[in-house]
Amino acid sequence: MIIDHPLLGPRDAAEFVYLGDASLIERPDWQAEDAAERFHDYLYLRDNPAGEHQELWYHEQGDRSWLVVTRDTLTHEILKVELASDVARARGRRK
Amino acid sequence: MRYSALKILAEGLTGNKGWRPIWRQPEPKAEYDVVIVGGGGHGLSTAYYLAKTFGITKVAVLEKGWLGSGNIGRNTTIIRSNYLLPGNEPFYELSLKLWEGLEQDFNYNAMISQRGIVNLFHSDPQRDAYVRRGNAMRMAGADAELLDREALGKLCPYLDFDNARFPIKGGLLQARGGTVRHDAVAWGYARGADSRGVDLIQNCEVTGFLMNKGVCEGVETSRGTIRAKKVAVCVAGSSSRVMSQAGLRLPIESHVLQAFVSEGLKPVLPGVITFGAGHFYVSQSDKGGLVFGGDIDGYNSYAQRGNLPVVEDVCEGGMAIMPMIGRARLLRMWGGVMDMSMDGSPFIDKTPISGLYFNGGWCYGGFKATPASGYCYAHLLAKDEPHPTAREYRLDRFRRGHMIDEKGSGAQPNLH
Repeated sequence: MIIDHPLLGPRDAAEFVYLGDASLIERPDWQAEDAAERFHDYLYLRDNPAGEHQELWYHEQGDRSWLVVTRDTLTHEILKVELASDVARARGRRK
Repeated sequence: MRYSALKILAEGLTGNKGWRPIWRQPEPKAEYDVVIVGGGGHGLSTAYYLAKTFGITKVAVLEKGWLGSGNIGRNTTIIRSNYLLPGNEPFYELSLKLWEGLEQDFNYNAMISQRGIVNLFHSDPQRDAYVRRGNAMRMAGADAELLDREALGKLCPYLDFDNARFPIKGGLLQARGGTVRHDAVAWGYARGADSRGVDLIQNCEVTGFLMNKGVCEGVETSRGTIRAKKVAVCVAGSSSRVMSQAGLRLPIESHVLQAFVSEGLKPVLPGVITFGAGHFYVSQSDKGGLVFGGDIDGYNSYAQRGNLPVVEDVCEGGMAIMPMIGRARLLRMWGGVMDMSMDGSPFIDKTPISGLYFNGGWCYGGFKATPASGYCYAHLLAKDEPHPTAREYRLDRFRRGHMIDEKGSGAQPNLH
């Protein structure tokens, strides 16, 4: 697979480390009333879809940026690549 | 029809005209006691033990494709019970004991061959870890023997003992481990279940669950509605897809695992050999091909095919321990979809929905578990309580903090 890095251009997927579902960006509020329950779901449960999947890849052998890659899990086709920091900011995070 | 040497002789002398298909092609009935979703190894063995051991015969197995079309026909056929943790080892030892009597039990030749499995170690700390593992195995009634370099050299003289980076210092041998003709396991269980009255229904995809006030009362399928007192899902690889129809999210990611077969070679490997410093395992089939595999590709996939970096990684692992295979040509490679769970261990459990049961999360260790998985799942379905060896395989173990993490790598499925 070739991941089209937003800053560095097309790079071999072997340069990256895979973490998992991009929902991991959205860490629950640790002070919430039901924080234990929400952290359980955050840490252990996954949608695991067959088809379009947003996921976190880390460019370990490159610029060490975190990317959100949108990829089809049925065909391995990569549909979209964004910097994870951009995605997090668009969702209202400060950094 | 009972198979025997006499039967083969008699059929051979009469033109082999007496053989019959080994299971029926029944139409689905309107209602069953138990409907098993998934006609793979685990689903078929569940049906077999439900009918044979627990006396429940109003059972249907629903299969989207053909029987045994999933991972039961895609694995590297290894059986073993060399686990460490108390939540795992008694279960896998039960499985190995069931393997040992399986062919006589279901009267079918599954070519079970206990040719042994050796896990190589490459350093003193790793030797200590294998001593501990061997002791854990023996405490659960399994067999384990530590081989030093000399004993291992007699067994496998061609290993690269003096490799500069990963010298081979010995191995942990489980002599009762070995290999099995994998498709025959599905066929043997299917035949045994069918002959006891279980309906095996192929080309029947489950499209939804029949819910009534939070109770599961059956399934909607591509061949109509089928009602059931209990619905048992057993579709490892597609667990998340099927269970999402019941509104459940699982602690599972689907990953692709590749496997490989070389051209046929003269007999060279005595049994199964695994690399202790990377991920590579190899055995030799009766036809002579080296059957080997390694790591999963490491990203979510339902594609049943992988990519080249892992092919390279697996072959490097092979070259590190037995450089002689460098000249062998690769004949075939393929991929299967694994349920990778959050701690590397499986689930055999009730779900929060009454009447709905779940078996899955086998990571890439499902084949060796086929008999015990079916037996323990049948036990759960028949008695509504877990079998003693499978009682740790609960869906809520993460919430309770009772993970069964053999590697200790945490909630990161692609590291298990």
